Amino acid sequence: MIAHPLASLLANLGRPVLQALAALGRVTLFAGAILGHILRPPFYLRELGTSLLQIGWFSLPVVGLTAIFTGGALALQIYAGGSRFNAEAVVPSIVAIGMARELGPVLGGLMVAARVASSIAAEIGTMKVTEQIDALVTLSTNPLKYLAVPRVVAATLAMPVLVATGDAIGIMGGWLVGITRLDFNSATYLKNTVDFLEPWDIGSGLVKGAVFGFIVALMGCYHGMNSARGAQGVGAATKSAVVSASVLILAANYILTEVFFTS
Amino acid sequence: MITLTDVHKAFGPNKVLQGVTLTIPSGTSMVIIGGSGTGKSVLLKSVLGLVRPDKGTITLDEVDVTRTDRDAFLARFGMLFQGGALFDSLRVWENVAFRLMRGPKALPKPQARDAAIEKLRRVGLKPDTADLFPAELSGGMQKRVGLARAIAAEPEIIFFDEPTTGLDPIMAGVINDLIREIVTEMGATAMTITHDMSSVRAIADTVAMLHGGVIRWTGPVGEMDATPDPYVQQFIHGRADGPIESVR
Ligand SMILES: Nc1ncnc2c1ncn2[C@@H]1O[C@H](COP(=O)(O)OP(=O)(O)O)[C@@H](O)[C@H]1O
Ligand SMILES: [Mg+2]
Repeated sequence: MIAHPLASLLANLGRPVLQALAALGRVTLFAGAILGHILRPPFYLRELGTSLLQIGWFSLPVVGLTAIFTGGALALQIYAGGSRFNAEAVVPSIVAIGMARELGPVLGGLMVAARVASSIAAEIGTMKVTEQIDALVTLSTNPLKYLAVPRVVAATLAMPVLVATGDAIGIMGGWLVGITRLDFNSATYLKNTVDFLEPWDIGSGLVKGAVFGFIVALMGCYHGMNSARGAQGVGAATKSAVVSASVLILAANYILTEVFFTS
Repeated sequence: MITLTDVHKAFGPNKVLQGVTLTIPSGTSMVIIGGSGTGKSVLLKSVLGLVRPDKGTITLDEVDVTRTDRDAFLARFGMLFQGGALFDSLRVWENVAFRLMRGPKALPKPQARDAAIEKLRRVGLKPDTADLFPAELSGGMQKRVGLARAIAAEPEIIFFDEPTTGLDPIMAGVINDLIREIVTEMGATAMTITHDMSSVRAIADTVAMLHGGVIRWTGPVGEMDATPDPYVQQFIHGRADGPIESVR
């Protein structure tokens, strides 16, 4: 049979689409399984504590550094843009709104994706290829419950805290640049920041943070658990975890922004 | 009693098991021999449900292993993995006591630790290894920690995947004696994979040779030397020439 050119084009387009849908289905089932385990005992509190420390506490420096530079650059840009129509005074409030609603959660999420999704995938992937996951099963311990649930819960709880910290540090970065480089008066800058910032600006960013934290740990665990054999398998799993977590964060950010801010 | 009936398993085009049929009576020690890559580890993992056979049935005491309560089923087993498979985030004693500290009959921490140190002693490791991490041990020591973990909860059925590979001859002797002791004194059922013919003679009641995806020969260890089967003869004498190809 001679394939019609259009048919082969459709087949070439269709295959990746079907593969993507199948992967989406598997991830959804995986997420469902994890959620199903969260409230059922046994609870591995020691693992949760370790994960909170690894994911939350040790991510603070990278999230803080990202935020301070972003806040500073944002202040410079908004000042430059605002001066085109004599609106330099908006710098404090736009920096604050921009950090809280978008840049705090998104950049924080991406940095945590790079740091945490990779390490979760590498750790669980290595456990998979060295038969440690099989060993867990033979010791009557559910790997999903013992490995994935603590990490997913920890990331979901820790990310909003990281985002809140990042927001504060980012706003401080803007303020530093504002008073040192842009001739703002410190008190006025802070007053403008506080006056124009609404609770939901911050709250929406924290909700985004929780969703992004869930995505990061989910992708790390999913790709780690499904790692192929050998060092190459773990390498590929790590890469897939970071790429998929990052893309999903950006996609989820768009959807959440639509839901929260268009009415 | 464990029975395997016509068990098949392929990984893609790689047909590993092609109709394995084997019976391991309770309280006996079965040793599986066979060239590397013939599917011995896959065979053990199939019984435990870590690998799902494509075809065939596996039963434990006449009950299909896929239809049992998984927790109760696994609680009867101990397994030493070929690579040790120690949890590298946990200390040696926490690895050994892993099962003892979990589940409805969990021991308090100090007792679990004492029990772990006792098991470490039985595999020839000093108490001061207990607080090390697996990465700080040599390969042979990791293997023995894996062994201690497998026997820690005194399971009825124990699988040993190459227990003496990587050990010096003296330590291999200690481990062979231990496995024999577990079977004769505790009445456990053991299934051991090994390439080491002196281990085979020390451990086995019965021997089964896996080749070409099927059990090529099986019989009491006493009959192994006399069997005319050319595959078994080549294997036990370690000859390069014979029906088993040297390039596999
Ligand atoms: N999870 C797996 N995925 C793909 N192939 C596997 C897997 N496990 C084992 N195999 C293959 O099955 C064959 C038998 O492996 P194994 O049982 O480990 O051999 P051995 O007899 O040396 O223990 C090998 O060719 C191996 O590559
Ligand atoms: Mg093997």
